[in-house]
Amino acid sequence: MDFGPYLFLASLEGAVTAAVLALTAVGLSLVFGVMRVVNVAHGEFFMLGAVVAWWVASYAGGHPAIGFALALLIAPIVTGAVAAVADFLVLKRLDYDPERTIVATIGLLYIIQQTVLMTYGPEARPVEAPFNVRIYFPWFGYSTYKFFVIGAAVAILLGVWLLMTRTRFGLVMRATQLDRETALAFAIPVDRVYALVFGLGAALAALAAVLIVPIQQAHYLMGGDPLLLSFIVVIIGGLGSLAGTIVAAVLVGMSDGIISVFFSPTLAKIIATLLVALVLVFRPQGLFGKRAL
Amino acid sequence: MSETAKSLAFHGAVVALLVALHFALPAYHHGNLARIMVLAVYAMGFNVLFGYSGLLSLGHAMFFAAGMYGLGLPMQHLGLAAAPALLCGVLAALALGAAVGFLALRTTGVAFMIVTLMFSQAVFLTILYFGEYTRGDEGFVIAQASRAIAGVDLSDSANRYFAALAIFAVGLAVTLRLIHTPFGRVLIAIRENEERTRMLGYDVFAHKLGAVVASAALSGLSGAAYALLFGYAGATFASVQYSIFPLLWVLLGGAGTIIGPFIGTVFMFYLIDISSGLTSAYMLIAGAVLVALTLFARQGLVGELRRRVMPWLP
Repeated sequence: MDFGPYLFLASLEGAVTAAVLALTAVGLSLVFGVMRVVNVAHGEFFMLGAVVAWWVASYAGGHPAIGFALALLIAPIVTGAVAAVADFLVLKRLDYDPERTIVATIGLLYIIQQTVLMTYGPEARPVEAPFNVRIYFPWFGYSTYKFFVIGAAVAILLGVWLLMTRTRFGLVMRATQLDRETALAFAIPVDRVYALVFGLGAALAALAAVLIVPIQQAHYLMGGDPLLLSFIVVIIGGLGSLAGTIVAAVLVGMSDGIISVFFSPTLAKIIATLLVALVLVFRPQGLFGKRAL
Repeated sequence: MSETAKSLAFHGAVVALLVALHFALPAYHHGNLARIMVLAVYAMGFNVLFGYSGLLSLGHAMFFAAGMYGLGLPMQHLGLAAAPALLCGVLAALALGAAVGFLALRTTGVAFMIVTLMFSQAVFLTILYFGEYTRGDEGFVIAQASRAIAGVDLSDSANRYFAALAIFAVGLAVTLRLIHTPFGRVLIAIRENEERTRMLGYDVFAHKLGAVVASAALSGLSGAAYALLFGYAGATFASVQYSIFPLLWVLLGGAGTIIGPFIGTVFMFYLIDISSGLTSAYMLIAGAVLVALTLFARQGLVGELRRRVMPWLP
């Protein structure tokens, strides 16, 4: 294959990565923006979504599309519920103290990951794609499902944006984000808003995982990479800024896809982690954000 | 007795007890205790930063690994003798501590935690990237013949135990001394109120940098000693998990206490040892303990002891 088509293929792969990454990172960014909580267990919610999707798909039977559609519905609800319970039982009692919540979410990370290891096992399992049509370019064939992933991610992100800007719940969320005390004074049930936001953040990660699981198999250790990449995206995009997060996700997803094709993936990761550290040191508000961490 | 005398007697008694245990313990626990004493030095190093200076690093595995590979690589590839290699390991961790501290200390709080995590991840990935020399995840075994200092064979279990005890005693003495020096006092002041300390005219940045370097050097000593005494260096020791372990040990034992890191290491080591016999998902225990500690016992075991029974415990 020539360089041109090769680059085209790399950018298509990059766009799929970017779409899934944007969903995951927006979940992390939302939780940080509203609650000021750095959720280290976010990657495990992603993994939980994938595992639940496999469960649902394997019990549904029939055409793979039925199982997939059910998974798309059930996985985010289950994951969101787990997250809301964790918020209620643990984070709320820590009063959302930043350092203690990080330690507690590290604990949650291991609890979720190891519980999945005990129940689901160490195997990697695939979920069948709902449809399997290939589209043929002059140089290579490409699965239309991957285009569906991109489209679905865009639709969900649009939904999140509408939720934040056009609904009463969005208004309440933004009020809580702006000033917790004043929101409390206006009789906004901040505790419940926090539990819902934590659940919503986890549900977004789970949705991203359901979308990716027909391409990448479900495994109990799959949460590490999305966590790292989401952190990178959220920090570069500016913490708590949704628009910045999406721009950064596209940037990081595309360049990750393209760099990994031409260079060693380990080297790409070394550069990315160092970049994040240096951005935090020298430009703590992120490349697009206004507020420092 | 004065408080200083009490504290010296107490910590002396701990070391004496560990000497006595050499003769009393069965082989399996004897080996475990040697391991625990070396790892406790890592926890003590972490405690200098977390417990006494109030800085929470999530990337201490990079210093442990710097010590481990600072000793292991020259021994393996350059044929360096054990004693200078040990020094080389400590110096490697010290240098890394100075570099990372210089950059990371420009941030505070959550940003500091993430920056240290990222630097540590970069070190871990770098070890994997140079797999040709480090053998990556698989790691490499340090030849038994080279593991000797001044003719003492450190792979022998009795020698190994006393070498581990010596390093443990050094760690104990260094941290005990450190917190009574003016430098250590300023660190505690920074932990309690950074702004006020700055206002009193102390150079907060320089003191914090000193704390990071001291902490890194102790962690590196532990990593180098671990590689030397147990004859193995691998990338697992640089992974996130090994940055979380010292946090667990210190939180469990009691942050800001001298003996706490050791007590925490003993408890956690045996908790994981016992539960890994029951299930492969032993990290579940670590996670549950971590959550329980943040919820219910912020002071840790020794912290509680100090609060209730022994208020003179440093």
